[in-house]
Amino acid sequence: MAYLELEGVAKQFGAQTVVDDFSLAVGKGEFISFLGPSGCGKTTTLQMIAGFLDPTRGAIRLEGKDLAAIHPAKRGLGIVFQSYALFPHMTAAENVAFGLEMRNVPRGERAERVRAALAMVGLAGFEDRHPRRMSGGQQQRVALARALVIKPSVLLLDEPLSNLDAKLREEMQIELRQIQRTIGTTTILVTHDQNEAMSLSDRIVVMSQGRIEQIGTPQETYEKPASAFVSQFLGKTNDFAATIDRASAPARLIAGSWSAPAPAGLSGPVTISIRPERIGFGDAGLSAKIITRIFQGNHWLFQCESECGPAIVIRQNDGERQPAEGEAVRLSWRPEDMSVRGGAAA
Amino acid sequence: MSAAAEERNARAPWALTAPALMLFVGVLLIPLAMTVMLSFHDWGQYKGIEPVFILKNWHEIATDPYYAEMFWRTFRIAVLTTLLTAVLGAPEAYILNRMSGRWKSFFLLVILGPLLISVVARTLGWALLFGGNNGLVNKLLMSAGLIRFPIPFMFTETGMVIALAHVMMPFMVLSVWAALQRLNPQIENAAMSLGAGPVTIIRRIIMPQIMPGVLSGAIIVFSLSASAFATPAIIGGRRLKVAATLAYDEFLNTLNWPLGAAVATLLLVALVLIVVGSNALIERRYAEVFR
Ligand SMILES: Nc1ncnc2c1ncn2[C@@H]1O[C@H](COP(=O)(O)OP(=O)(O)OP(=O)(O)O)[C@@H](O)[C@H]1O
Ligand SMILES: [Mg+2]
Repeated sequence: MAYLELEGVAKQFGAQTVVDDFSLAVGKGEFISFLGPSGCGKTTTLQMIAGFLDPTRGAIRLEGKDLAAIHPAKRGLGIVFQSYALFPHMTAAENVAFGLEMRNVPRGERAERVRAALAMVGLAGFEDRHPRRMSGGQQQRVALARALVIKPSVLLLDEPLSNLDAKLREEMQIELRQIQRTIGTTTILVTHDQNEAMSLSDRIVVMSQGRIEQIGTPQETYEKPASAFVSQFLGKTNDFAATIDRASAPARLIAGSWSAPAPAGLSGPVTISIRPERIGFGDAGLSAKIITRIFQGNHWLFQCESECGPAIVIRQNDGERQPAEGEAVRLSWRPEDMSVRGGAAA
Repeated sequence: MSAAAEERNARAPWALTAPALMLFVGVLLIPLAMTVMLSFHDWGQYKGIEPVFILKNWHEIATDPYYAEMFWRTFRIAVLTTLLTAVLGAPEAYILNRMSGRWKSFFLLVILGPLLISVVARTLGWALLFGGNNGLVNKLLMSAGLIRFPIPFMFTETGMVIALAHVMMPFMVLSVWAALQRLNPQIENAAMSLGAGPVTIIRRIIMPQIMPGVLSGAIIVFSLSASAFATPAIIGGRRLKVAATLAYDEFLNTLNWPLGAAVATLLLVALVLIVVGSNALIERRYAEVFR
């Protein structure tokens, strides 16, 4: 049975529907990311789980119990806010101890757990510092320690890393994943950074305009995007118009001068999408011309003009000769590397 | 940069601030210095003001218990007014801050609106409400069964504190309001998610953070109440004097300007010392948190 379950959850502000028909089952110990562009309703969904907002429709259940009847203060969830929301008049240790005080944990045990929590996030020795005198990364760790020390049933993270610089963010991602693995807390992370979502999560929930576009493992969402939105949002992709010709036998899928055996059960015009790193230069396939060629250290990025419109290709910098700008090339890929959308049932 | 240009640059700030500086010296420092000097002059019923340097006025203030009593009354009223505005104004600002959009701006206008009306008009309003034994306030309290006999409001410290608190309330509300604006909007949710109830949130999370706002509001209200003139003059009249109304009477009724100047100077010095002192205390107390 699912540990945390959202069933048909919707939220309206006045006439505006911000989250609609949101259903998700989270397993115990799972790391889930809500991924989507700004304003798609990620924070709203998280706040409904936390209890700061009431869903307009639908139910949220934790271990089978309906959360609607449980006051936010009694839900026992750990939350890290985007703005940290640390208590500025308390030291780091007092911040972390607050949740334990509310649970009437005896003083001795409290001090021990606070010390351990701060040590776990790498802040041993910062106990008496006030938040205003800490760096963004340190404040973020205090917020994490404060949420973890109460041993929450679910950890909710609202873009906790978005205020950090790239290097620190990467470090914190690794740390976050390690901490989550060791304690095994069920975690929901809100982010609009696809790399963050992919490198941290067991499953990703891709959202757009308040609706779920796809739920899947990072690999599934990247390699088998369920919609054009998902494939565009998760990294670069090439979308080509193609047709399935069932008149010839066997039926073929044709995009310009590239063709392959048609997938079963489809006909008519379709859209195929292929990741740029799955396209190779060959002797046969889609004819194209290299417009620009950009060197990016470990790989090359080619922008081409093909029969089916603009295309991007990424090639590993493996020492092979790469085509020059202006050169005519043929683009090819393995049929299993593309995803096909649209088309009529045949 | 050439030396000449550098010199010109060094002079520029002075040249630019000179007009304001001159105004400041002309309308504030010089009259102030003259008032201080005046307090050392002599005065007689028939001889008028004599520009000599004597300590007669200061000696009189220091030894006559009348002045001590009057200064104590002034500061007692100011302290009580400050407490009343803090106790009422801080929750008022908090509630106001939690209201949504339209109501918030409406009630903000209600609170700040009185600032647009003259203090005299507002205090006269209170005088009408208090008005003797059958004033509206007393009638209301008696008909509600809260009191058996009318409370004297006019010419009493109670009345003065109530009227002053009403006049000063916007300053306290604004000051606490400013502190509330600096709160992280998610901070209450954060405390709630950790298991804190509403009372704990206010006591442990909100109060400590808006305390600097309450205290700076208190300093403003205290200094304005201690030096207030219009309200004490109308509610207290000649019967219940405070420092400001006493100085006024010495200047305009007795015509003993030097004594009036001494009272005014003492009030100013006492206020400056209290305000600067408490400000330093507050800054030291909250330095760690609100840097
Ligand atoms: N209290 C509110 N009243 C009205 N509309 C709101 C309210 N809160 C959020 N919205 C709207 O709901 C939509 C979703 O907001 P939400 O904060 O959930 O977005 P988000 O996905 O978290 O975006 P971001 O990545 O920028 O944080 C937005 O269009 C926002 O304008
Ligand atoms: Mg958000």
